[in-house]
Amino acid sequence: MKRFTVGVRGRTSTVLGPEQGGFNGTGSSQAGEQDPLTPTLSRRERERGRAIPVALAVGVVLLPVGAGLLATLLPAFGLLPALGGRAFSLEPWRVLFAQPGLAASVRVTLVAGLGATVLSLAAVALFCAAAHASRPFRWAQAAVAPILATPHVALAIGVLALAAPSGIAARLFSPWATGWRQPPDLTTVGDGWGVSLMLGLALKEAPYLLLMLVAALNGVPTARLLAVAAGLGQPAPVAWLKVVFPAAYRQLRLPVLAVLAYALSAVDVALLLGPSSPPPLSVLVVRWFFDPDLARVFPAAAAACLLLVLTAAAVAAWLAAERAAGAAGRWWASSGRTGGAGLIRLGGWMLPTLLGAAVLSLVVAALWSVAGPWRFPDALPARLDGAAWAAQVAGMAAPFRTTLGAALASTGLALVLSVAALEAAARHGPAARPRWLGLVYVPLLAPQLGFLFGVQVALLWLGLDGGWAALVWAHLVLVLPYVLLSLQGPWAALDPRLVRVAACLGASPNLVLLRVKLPVLLRPVLAAAAVGVAVSAGQYLATLFAGGGRMATLATEAVTLASGGDRRVLGVYAVAQAGVPLLFYAVALAVPRLVWRRRAALRGA
Amino acid sequence: MMLTRRRLAALAAATPFAAHAQPAGWDGIAARARGQAVAFHAWAGDERTNAFIAWTAERVQTLHGITLRHVRLRDTGEAVARVVAERAAGRDTGGAVDLVWINGPNFLALKQQGFLMRFAEGLPSFALVDAAGKPATVTDFTVPVEGFAAPWRMAQIVFLHDGARQPSPPRTMRAMAGWAAANRGRLAHPTARNFLGATFLKQALHELAPDPAVLQQPATDAAFSAAAVPLWAWYDGLRPNLWRGGRQFPENGPATRNLLSDGEIDLMVSFNPAEAATGIATGLLPATVRAYVLDGGTIGNASFVAIPTNASAPDGAQVVADFLLSPEAQARSQDAAVLGNPTVLDLARLAPADRARFDALPQVPGMLTPAELGHPLPEPHPSWMTRITAAWEQRTSA
Repeated sequence: MKRFTVGVRGRTSTVLGPEQGGFNGTGSSQAGEQDPLTPTLSRRERERGRAIPVALAVGVVLLPVGAGLLATLLPAFGLLPALGGRAFSLEPWRVLFAQPGLAASVRVTLVAGLGATVLSLAAVALFCAAAHASRPFRWAQAAVAPILATPHVALAIGVLALAAPSGIAARLFSPWATGWRQPPDLTTVGDGWGVSLMLGLALKEAPYLLLMLVAALNGVPTARLLAVAAGLGQPAPVAWLKVVFPAAYRQLRLPVLAVLAYALSAVDVALLLGPSSPPPLSVLVVRWFFDPDLARVFPAAAAACLLLVLTAAAVAAWLAAERAAGAAGRWWASSGRTGGAGLIRLGGWMLPTLLGAAVLSLVVAALWSVAGPWRFPDALPARLDGAAWAAQVAGMAAPFRTTLGAALASTGLALVLSVAALEAAARHGPAARPRWLGLVYVPLLAPQLGFLFGVQVALLWLGLDGGWAALVWAHLVLVLPYVLLSLQGPWAALDPRLVRVAACLGASPNLVLLRVKLPVLLRPVLAAAAVGVAVSAGQYLATLFAGGGRMATLATEAVTLASGGDRRVLGVYAVAQAGVPLLFYAVALAVPRLVWRRRAALRGA
Repeated sequence: MMLTRRRLAALAAATPFAAHAQPAGWDGIAARARGQAVAFHAWAGDERTNAFIAWTAERVQTLHGITLRHVRLRDTGEAVARVVAERAAGRDTGGAVDLVWINGPNFLALKQQGFLMRFAEGLPSFALVDAAGKPATVTDFTVPVEGFAAPWRMAQIVFLHDGARQPSPPRTMRAMAGWAAANRGRLAHPTARNFLGATFLKQALHELAPDPAVLQQPATDAAFSAAAVPLWAWYDGLRPNLWRGGRQFPENGPATRNLLSDGEIDLMVSFNPAEAATGIATGLLPATVRAYVLDGGTIGNASFVAIPTNASAPDGAQVVADFLLSPEAQARSQDAAVLGNPTVLDLARLAPADRARFDALPQVPGMLTPAELGHPLPEPHPSWMTRITAAWEQRTSA
């Protein structure tokens, strides 16, 4: 073991050679370097202090989630003293299973949840197989950013304007192609099997998975693998699916499972696009929770527990299917067959169709917000009219302020916590307990409804609901995992020589952080902030439960108005809700270009 | 009868929930209300009502210095659940709900549990309410209001049809089944979880039940099964001919109006007698849409505002409730270009200047005259509505 003694400014310390360096990040096998200078404290003090940032990040997230899960589990078995439930009882479960149409609700939930995940993954994989490293691939990546920035509710409103029987899709082809002078009697949205819900979810999840796949591909030697496969006679798309995709899937597993968990428990999109009778399970939970008959809280908790069980079962089924698919894929790859390129190229059109539909949805929603009278089957409004905006601006001011305030507060806190945790892990290695950081991702995998419900009950108990603190904390629980996910890669990939040189020039670790690391990582930090703002602006359930009905954000207002409102008003809210994250994305793109206009390498870092 | 200051003071002192109010009369309430922030929890599904509440907020700010905030609800049950949850958690003051737009089963639930403040008879403008001519203003769904809520708008079931496409719509609920069979998919009613959808079924029950008088009593299992047999027989014949084959239902009244406006349906039910007139005036409906009342009359009711006993700003809430009853607000509410709701006031008791506000309201095409509206049928007891909704859910979820 090589050790060097370094004396700088009267302090001596031991620098470990590169062979001993390397913390283990959060389970990935990237080799990093420990900072060369560590202050001389007693070992115990050092150990305790180093774990604080990670412990804080994990605690901020796990405390509400854990308390929430508990506070959902207890009422499901009849235990909620505040509402008179003092004895263990299976009555809530009896009421739940006596609900007519429960089987249909579960069916809709599973079809929409599993279907959206499978569809998104298949679309992304086939597209990458058919079009990797070509121009359409770069276009798709560019189109992904605005769709990712748009909250789910705004996109769902756009889907309604697009796919409903009186929507733009029917209008574009009427009456010249279809002969329809009035909207057809077809169930395109809100069908009983949940297909429209599945498609609506896939519109947002496919771009997200594309982004994650592109990030995962960074660690795969794609060109080399494809060259070898081509040498064995495999066409490029087939080779990509057989060789590159399995290598990249390992990094993709967590995002896919997060997508599955979200799709099974989404409420806002289900309210807009799902069937109303029987509703998806998540809608049933929310309906019962807000029933004036307070005794309904117990079966609502039981239904939330059922959703948790369904999610766990779906994840287990997915992991089992992975193994089966892996075995089938290995058989396919080793069989020497070279067919399938045509099918893959055909399947590669799924993703561009989804992206195009998403963009068209947003455009139509924006058009509705400025439309005058617009009767079926006109493809364009009779005239443009700013009346809807003028009428809504006054009422939107307060929700807009709340949305912006919650987004900035939760994203700011998430950035501080993430930077502190990542920096501690980088400086102190295993002493900072970096493996715990994996626990921060629990809210991504646990269905929101499962613990937010319990958070509401707990807050009511403690008398804390309806305040800014509860709202920001609820948003923080869901924003922190995404911010951490976005920052981890760039933090670990930072060139360690920069830090070493700064240290040799006499900078303390904090100064290195402020003057070297953060400026160099400005672009990823702002991108992570933009992701955080997008996640916070889209939160419906968190605001509904933690805000206690006092805090209205653009998301809750949009869902409240969406059930029957004038489409113009809906369009206004969709545009306003999408505007907040889009603005931040624009800032995240523009500011690094401006600040580093004379440093080309940092602009593209 | 006019309420004197002494009566007011006696009333205020007598109510058990007014422990915090000194018997200082209306001036004291108005003085304390100045500067308060009132959270008005109201269903936000109708844009015009939202705009009216926004106008009310401006006026009470100017006139009384009160900051009114419209808390938008998907369903009034949300506010009821909030009040009940707060009381269950022991929060007896400083509640989130100051004023709530309420009637029917929701009102009964809160009144029975003693969560509502008794204030209506103390409002100065309550003296102008036409309690004799419009009994729905003091009896909500057969339940005596007794001052626990103040009325603010009248509603009556009307049916809308596009006169250009359907010149002769059905004039009874029985005839509607035959009409729907001839015009498949051209009639829609909101889901029975919504108050309008439930009232569509109540209207049918009123016409089809062997003895309509039983609806004025609380529903028992035996009475409900007996009365509901002809209702479900009729509905089973109607349902396959509804919009989307009766498998999907619009969420509420405005959603159904969108369908009529798009041309997806030709016949819809509404609670607003001026729905056609207001829709035409604001461009949401084609100019050929007309409203009508069924032969034999249709169900009508009044909407109320109530103040929970644990409200944070009860004085401000009372001032707002009084403003909603004022001739200025009632006249604006009756304006077809704004809301088109019939007023709860007795026009004969108004001062000439206030009476002139009503006379000056413009006549709009599609407005129903009071003669055409006739006398509304009374609402059944709230227990009938709860049972109908539950039974309908059972039948449509299977």
